[in-house]
Parts: sequence; C-alpha cells; structure tokens
Amino acid sequence: MRQAQLLRQKVLYSLLAWTVGIAIFFPILWTILTSFKTELEAVANDPSFLFFDWTLENYKTILNESRYFSHFWNSIVISLGSSVVGLLIAIPAAWAMAFVPNKHTKDVLMWMLSTKMLPPVGVLIPIYLLFRDFDLLDTKLGLVIVMTLINLPIMIWMLYTYFREIPSEVLEAARMDGASIGSEIVHVLLPIALPGIASTLLLNIILAWNEAFWTLILTAAKAAPLTAFIASYSSPEGLFYAKLSAASTLAIAPILIIGWFSQKQLVRGLTFGAVK
Amino acid sequence: MIKRLATSICSALLISMPAAAETVTIATVNNGDMVTMKSLSKAFTDANPDIELEWVTLEENILRQRVTTDIATGSGQYDVVTIGTYEVPIWAKQGWLEPLNNLGADYDVDDILPSIRGGLSYEDKLYAVPFYAESSMVIYRTDLIEKAGLEMPKEPSWDFIRKAAKAMTNKDEGVYGICLRGKAGWGENVALLTVMANSFGARWFDEQWEPQFDTPEWKKTLEVYTDLMQSYGPPGASSNGFNENLALFQTGKCGMWIDATVAGSFVTNSKESSVADKVGFALAPDAGMEKRANWLWAWNLAIPSSTDSKPAAEKFVSWATSKDYLALVAKEKGLANVPPGTRASLYENKEYLEAAPFAQITLESIKLADPNNPTVKPVPYVGVQFVAIPEFQGLGTAVGQQFSAAVAGNVSPEQALKTAQRLAQRTMRKAGYPKD
Repeated sequence: MRQAQLLRQKVLYSLLAWTVGIAIFFPILWTILTSFKTELEAVANDPSFLFFDWTLENYKTILNESRYFSHFWNSIVISLGSSVVGLLIAIPAAWAMAFVPNKHTKDVLMWMLSTKMLPPVGVLIPIYLLFRDFDLLDTKLGLVIVMTLINLPIMIWMLYTYFREIPSEVLEAARMDGASIGSEIVHVLLPIALPGIASTLLLNIILAWNEAFWTLILTAAKAAPLTAFIASYSSPEGLFYAKLSAASTLAIAPILIIGWFSQKQLVRGLTFGAVK
Repeated sequence: MIKRLATSICSALLISMPAAAETVTIATVNNGDMVTMKSLSKAFTDANPDIELEWVTLEENILRQRVTTDIATGSGQYDVVTIGTYEVPIWAKQGWLEPLNNLGADYDVDDILPSIRGGLSYEDKLYAVPFYAESSMVIYRTDLIEKAGLEMPKEPSWDFIRKAAKAMTNKDEGVYGICLRGKAGWGENVALLTVMANSFGARWFDEQWEPQFDTPEWKKTLEVYTDLMQSYGPPGASSNGFNENLALFQTGKCGMWIDATVAGSFVTNSKESSVADKVGFALAPDAGMEKRANWLWAWNLAIPSSTDSKPAAEKFVSWATSKDYLALVAKEKGLANVPPGTRASLYENKEYLEAAPFAQITLESIKLADPNNPTVKPVPYVGVQFVAIPEFQGLGTAVGQQFSAAVAGNVSPEQALKTAQRLAQRTMRKAGYPKD
C-alpha cells in the first residue's frame, strides 16, 4: 500500500519535472524548428510543428552575409576572458570574507550585491564617456572589463557560500604547517573547492555569453559578439523570423553544447554537496 | 653603428609598408535593399582601394539609440549612418550631421525627387541622401475584387475601400477584406492613422501647437479605421505591423492592404508570394478633401559630425545613392529590385516601368505627398505621417497605444482620442510649446 503510494508520488513528481522542463525548453526548440522554415512558414497563422519543407537556406544566407566566426571568436574572448579575470579577483576576495571575516563583511557583501540591483541603463552615459576617453569603445578589452565588473558580485557571492562550507580547521592545519596565505589558497583551498569554482566559472561564461545590453551598446564592427550578430537580423521592412531564428540557433549552439557536457559539474556545483 | 643600422632598418620597413587603408564604418538596418548594398559594396572598394568598409547592421531601434549616443557624445564610431526622414531635419538642427556638399560632379542631385530632397534639407543645405524612398498605396488582389464584382479605381475613396473590404471578406475561407497596421508605434499604426487623418482633414496640431484630437475630423478617422479593422480585418489586427500584414497578404489572407509602396516588389515576387500574379495597385484612398493618405518616408545615408573620415564617407554615400549604383543593382539583381523612389531618371526608364508593375503608382504617390502641407488645414510642423519635432517619437508611440487599444476593442474611439488629447497637451506643455 505504502509502496504504491510512493510510486504514485514518484510518477507525479517526474511528470511535473518533465512538464516544467519541456515548458522551459519549448521556446528554444521552437526557435530551432523555425530556423529550418521558410520566411513565410515562419510567420504562418497556423504554424506547423514538424511537417513543413525543411530547408537550410537560412543558414546558408546568414553564413554568407555575416562574419559569424568573427562574432563567435569575440564571444569566446569576452566571456572566457571576463570569467577568468573575475575568478582571479573573486577567489581571494571570497577567501577573505569566508575565513577572516570582520564586523563589516556582511555589509560589504550586501553592498556588492546591491550594485546588481541598479538598472544598467542608469550608468550607461558615464560608462560610455569613460570608454570613449580611454579608447575602449568597440574593443574586446573594454567588454572584458565591463563583463568582469558586472559579474564580480555574483562570483564573489557564489564562491563565498562554497568557501563557507569548508571547515576552517583544514586551512588552520595548513597554516600550522607553515603555509603562506598564497599557498594556503592555491594548495589547500582550491583543490577542495574545485567543483564550486568550476560551476562559478561556467555560470559566468553563460552569463557573459548571453549579455545583450552592454555588448550591443559598447561595440560596433570590431568587437561585436554573437548578441550583435542576432540583433542584426531584425528588419523593419521585410520578413526575418526564420533568419533571426537561424542566427539565434548558431549563437546559442556553443553554449548549449558546453552546458550539455558540463551539466554534471554545473548541477553538482549548484546543488553543492560536493565538499560535505 | 648599431643605432644607424636600426634606423635604416626601421626606415626601410616604413617605406616598404603599404599605406594603411582608411576605414569607413557604416551603421545600417537589415532591409533587403541594404543587404544588397552590402553584397555589392566590393565594386566600391575595388574602385577605391584606399578605403575599407566595416558594416554594423542593427535592429532599427537599437540603431537609433546607438547612433544618437555616439553622436551626442562625439565618440565617432560611425562614419555613415542610415536614418529616416524624421531624424534628418532634427539632427541637422542639432549640428549632428555634416552637410553633403562634395557628392561629385556627375552625382546629379537635381535628379532626386523634389519632395524627398526637401525633407532631407535644413536651411537649404542637404544633410542626407535617400537610399530608397516610399509612400503608401493600396495593394489589392485582382482575382478577389473581380470575384466580388467590383473594379478598383486608380484613385479610390475610403467609401469604396469599405465597400470592397465588405465584398471581399470571406471569413470561412480565412480571407479578410482589409489588412491595416494595428501595432502601436510612431512608425507603425501612427504612420497610417496620421495620413488617414490627413485625408479626412484632421491634423495633429493647429497653428498655435494646440493638439487637435478632440475635433470631429479625428473622430471620423478613428471610427472609419476601427470599423474597417473590426468588421473586415484579420483576427488580432491590433498587433499587426508591416511585416505581419506582409506575411498575411503573401499567403493570400488579405483582399486589400494599404501600406508602404516598397511592399510592391515583395508581393509581386513569386519566390516569396503565393499571390504574386494576382496583385494590383492603386493610389492611397481619399475622402473627397483633395488630400490622399500618402505618406513619405526615405531611408537615407548621412554622415555624423563626429566622423574623422568625412571625405571617404562622402565618397561612399555618393556611390551608394548614385545612378551608377542603380545600374549595378539592375545588372546584378534584376531591374525590379533597384532601390525605389529616389531618382526621377529611374521612372523615365521604360524597362523599369515594365519590370516593376508598382513603379508608376509609387512615383505618383511620392509626388502627391507634401511634407510642408501635409493636410487640408495649415499646420506649424513639417512631416506627412509624423511631426518633425523631437517630442514626437515618445508622444506618437503613446498615442499609438491608444489607437491600438481602440482596434482591440479595449477602449472606445472617443475614449482613445480623449486620452490622446490629454497626452499630447501634457507633452507639449512640458516641452514649452508654442516656441518662437
């Protein structure tokens, strides 16, 4: 009797999880399907799910018209660059707050988080003017700096929560053995916190990859990443949904693949039982 | 000795290095004619090996936002920008655009249609050149109107449009008599409603800049519009813009569509349109008040004042809007795909008139629109389907939302106009109108 109830519960929860999963994935699936339609089929009033004339024409057109690989390379440099630079700053910062806190640590953490609550457009003009004066407009370096700064609070918060779970005795033992702060972080803390650091890195790559406010505002021709590539396919006079979908599919494909291969790492890091 | 050697090596390197090409960065939108320009631009760089072109293609609103930020802060990221007729006089007044006075000896600026050129000038100087231009017209299905036992006159009235829409509607077969813009936006439904209002004798402002939405002319306009849309329009018409109606027409769902003349080449293209051989064109409707619902719009190329490559940029702008460029497009992409509406000489070409069945109506429609006298009564502003003041963009969209709500049946036409009047009065008061 109890077993039957358990089974029923399991089936119910699985069903719920699948429903939520499909609901979340459906827009992406629809985008991918639309990318194989003709422009007319893409905007048809009674859209067809699978039974349409599948075509690769949109992909051919956009690969001919745009420099996809140049945008792709810019996205890689910006997202990877900002995540690595961010980690280099966030690891020591999170270490300090987790293991040597003082009475202001909480306030500092909250203050850092509060910068995320500011609408980006509020600082658009000052940042734009700074970029102009330092010759950073339309440069990958400029984007790496902005992305690092934007995502730094999240990185520090994530790492801080991971580090808090590590018993400080482990680090104290290393210190007793005469380890310097540097080697304590590199040789003791990092190996234990690796899953957390990896998932922080991955999450930040994804966030920086998808960022579409600063990347659109601060770039023109040279440093424009894939977000600008997608935006270029909208048209005020002429049908564009199929081509836009193909551009979106090409833009999200790399991150979907990375996400797929690293999902174990991501889930482990996010649910975070690794170091317990 | 080593120093001398190093100096001579450096000088040798400097001499042997080719002169760096000047880069011209062009910001544009993804319309078909612009895509063609980009694909044919090799002809320009071949003829000008000292100039390199960089393209930045953007969504229309992002383009506007990016280019204004760039120009206002003097950043100089763009050397050529694609802007609409609405922006040119406003930006020229602000000193954001360079006057174009070196377009070349054989450019023939007098060949540009006068009504288009007038909209791109400020204090008698040309600040932008048109890449392609459009007015509005009636696009209709010849087979459906014949089936309905009617004949489309070349100069239809709004009464005839209503009659024809009723006769062509067959909701069981998914055919709707008329498709009009319903999507809110100063460049969407407001464009159509403003020219429609012009034809009914309405205007946005009187000579003292007092908003006029409380007049019987506007009431009549909105009543005719909502009646057409609700009785004979497709479902969900309040969210249809140019592209949505284009798709509906191309798939045979619309009997008539009143919209941009540039749609002529889309609906007659058999690769994209299932009704390509059953399309006719007529002038935009009137209400017997001597003004037709013709708008006037051009996508133009201009040079921002923040550029440091003006001569090279001007060379490009001149090339892309020249007669030679039109000939190049005709050769590479076919005569019907030439950017329309800018040069009188194009419409003197008999082959073009034959290849493009919409050409004659396009030309007549553009000629009928007068940005300086857009409506029956006098107005203090310039612009046919817009009011060329900076406040219009925000106000137009807010008013457009009211019109869209009226089509959806959420508010009555009277209520929509009442709110529009209030919005306009507030905006104008805040902006300090009337100004000297």
